[in-house]
Amino acid sequence: MGKRTNLFLLLGGGLTALMVGLALLGTFWTPYSPTAMGAGEKFAPPSLAHLLGTDNFGRDVFSRVLQGMGASLLIAACVVAIGCLAGTLVGCLCGYFGGPADYLLTRLCDAVTAFPSVLLALVIVSLAGRGTAQIVVALGILFIPSFARLVRGETARHRQANYIQSARLMGVSHGRILTAHILPNLWGVLGPGVVIGFNNAVLSEASMSFLGLGVQPPFPSLGSMLSDSQTYLQRAPWYALSAGMAIALLILGFSLLAEGLQRRRRA
Amino acid sequence: MKSLLKKCAALIITLFLVSALAFLAFSLIPADPATSLLGSEATPEAKAALRAELGLDRPLLVRYWEWLTGFLRGDLGNSYLYRMGVGEMLAGKLTVTALLTAESFLFTLLLALPLGILAGSVKNPWLDAACTVLDQAAMSVPPFFLGILACYVLGYGLRLFVPGAYVSPEEDLWGCLGYLVFPALSIAIPRAAMAVKLLRSSILTELGRDYVRTARSRGASERDILLRQVLRNAILPVITFLAVSLAEIMTMSILIEQVFSIPGVGRLLLSSISNRDYPVVLAIVTLLSAWIVAVNFLADLLTRLADPRVRLG
Repeated sequence: MGKRTNLFLLLGGGLTALMVGLALLGTFWTPYSPTAMGAGEKFAPPSLAHLLGTDNFGRDVFSRVLQGMGASLLIAACVVAIGCLAGTLVGCLCGYFGGPADYLLTRLCDAVTAFPSVLLALVIVSLAGRGTAQIVVALGILFIPSFARLVRGETARHRQANYIQSARLMGVSHGRILTAHILPNLWGVLGPGVVIGFNNAVLSEASMSFLGLGVQPPFPSLGSMLSDSQTYLQRAPWYALSAGMAIALLILGFSLLAEGLQRRRRA
Repeated sequence: MKSLLKKCAALIITLFLVSALAFLAFSLIPADPATSLLGSEATPEAKAALRAELGLDRPLLVRYWEWLTGFLRGDLGNSYLYRMGVGEMLAGKLTVTALLTAESFLFTLLLALPLGILAGSVKNPWLDAACTVLDQAAMSVPPFFLGILACYVLGYGLRLFVPGAYVSPEEDLWGCLGYLVFPALSIAIPRAAMAVKLLRSSILTELGRDYVRTARSRGASERDILLRQVLRNAILPVITFLAVSLAEIMTMSILIEQVFSIPGVGRLLLSSISNRDYPVVLAIVTLLSAWIVAVNFLADLLTRLADPRVRLG
């Protein structure tokens, strides 16, 4: 394998682009209405009319998977946005200014990341109730520490650098140093961080919806579809396979892309 | 020795804080349990009586102290819904989840170590890339989907087991462990794939170090270098990862119990969340959190034991 070809970036980027493209398509157009019952026969196996067959209500599985992917990605995007924005803010301030607040927040972040996010999300949902908004907020908050740790380390590394010191000596304000000098240097770690965040967010959301604590029916979500399909595993295996493969391929795309980005950074 | 004492003190403080946070959250946030138990049409007198019966009319700090001391003595509180001790409800379920966790961990170890060493010693760049993509794929399949696949292909297809035909460990320990093989593998495979990735990159880093060059120049065989010298150093980050995995595996078993209809702690936790049976949720969350804190402490200790630089430094 040549030095310049990055197989992971290529594969991951291609797969992610395909899945995101399908999900985008699903938000605007689906072959059948994802919630229309009796769009076809009940438990019809995959055919040209129904690419991935139909489910127990005769709903078109392909349409539901397309829309479910859109929902998963939208939720993941919100979760990552909350985690990344708040995490970058906290990480920048902690890494740049240091002091007791930094010590306390770093400890808190370490403590939160030690707990599996699904367990913490379960606790939050059991207190706040189930639903899409709750899941987004719960997972968003839980994703802050990992971003904060990433950004804090990188900021602390740059703080001592000569170019920051000389900017300080020239009388540049802290705010300007953070936005004009430190922030552009963070893209290198934030890029793979965001992709890994998507990877984890899709998995966490699917896990919560699988447990019936995430997106509520009749709104299609890959996790709850997988959980429903279990009952009909013998009669309609295509239902479970479609929903599960969609989750796995989304995650695989992101994880290959993250691997590719990290390898490019190291090279 | 002194640092060990310090670590133990930190462990106790952490456990204390976690228990306080969990208790506070579950006491302050949920709506009045008397209203949810009796319905909104109940008379204020009836609600007050129930609150007194459940001990909710006393100050928060007193309740926390009683709950904590009770918890340490083994009294995990009482379910609102079933009016029975949480300890009684948990008794058999804790064993099942512990068995599932232990079996999953064992499979993770058995898969991760040999495959990781193999992945670290692949020389052909194309084969290496193929292995990494395969590993990444194994990592990407969520355990609950892997479980469903196992049910369909191995259960209904090849008839290696009957999905849903769970045997309790009291009845038949080996039968139970046998039923848990596929659930445990579903948890172990993605987890092991992560460990393989870590071990592979750790071995590759170590192989580039000076001591490896020295060993090669003195004529040591590649096998000896890898197994006797490189592995000792390369395994350190993997030990920490595997120990911390025990926490993740326990959480994953909550999901896997749903797939294979295993009556463990996870099912009780989920039904208690649905029923808003907060004392049960609180007890399970506290137990799981204590487990996670303990596992992280163990990971720290193991790293110290295995790495003289950390042990002495």
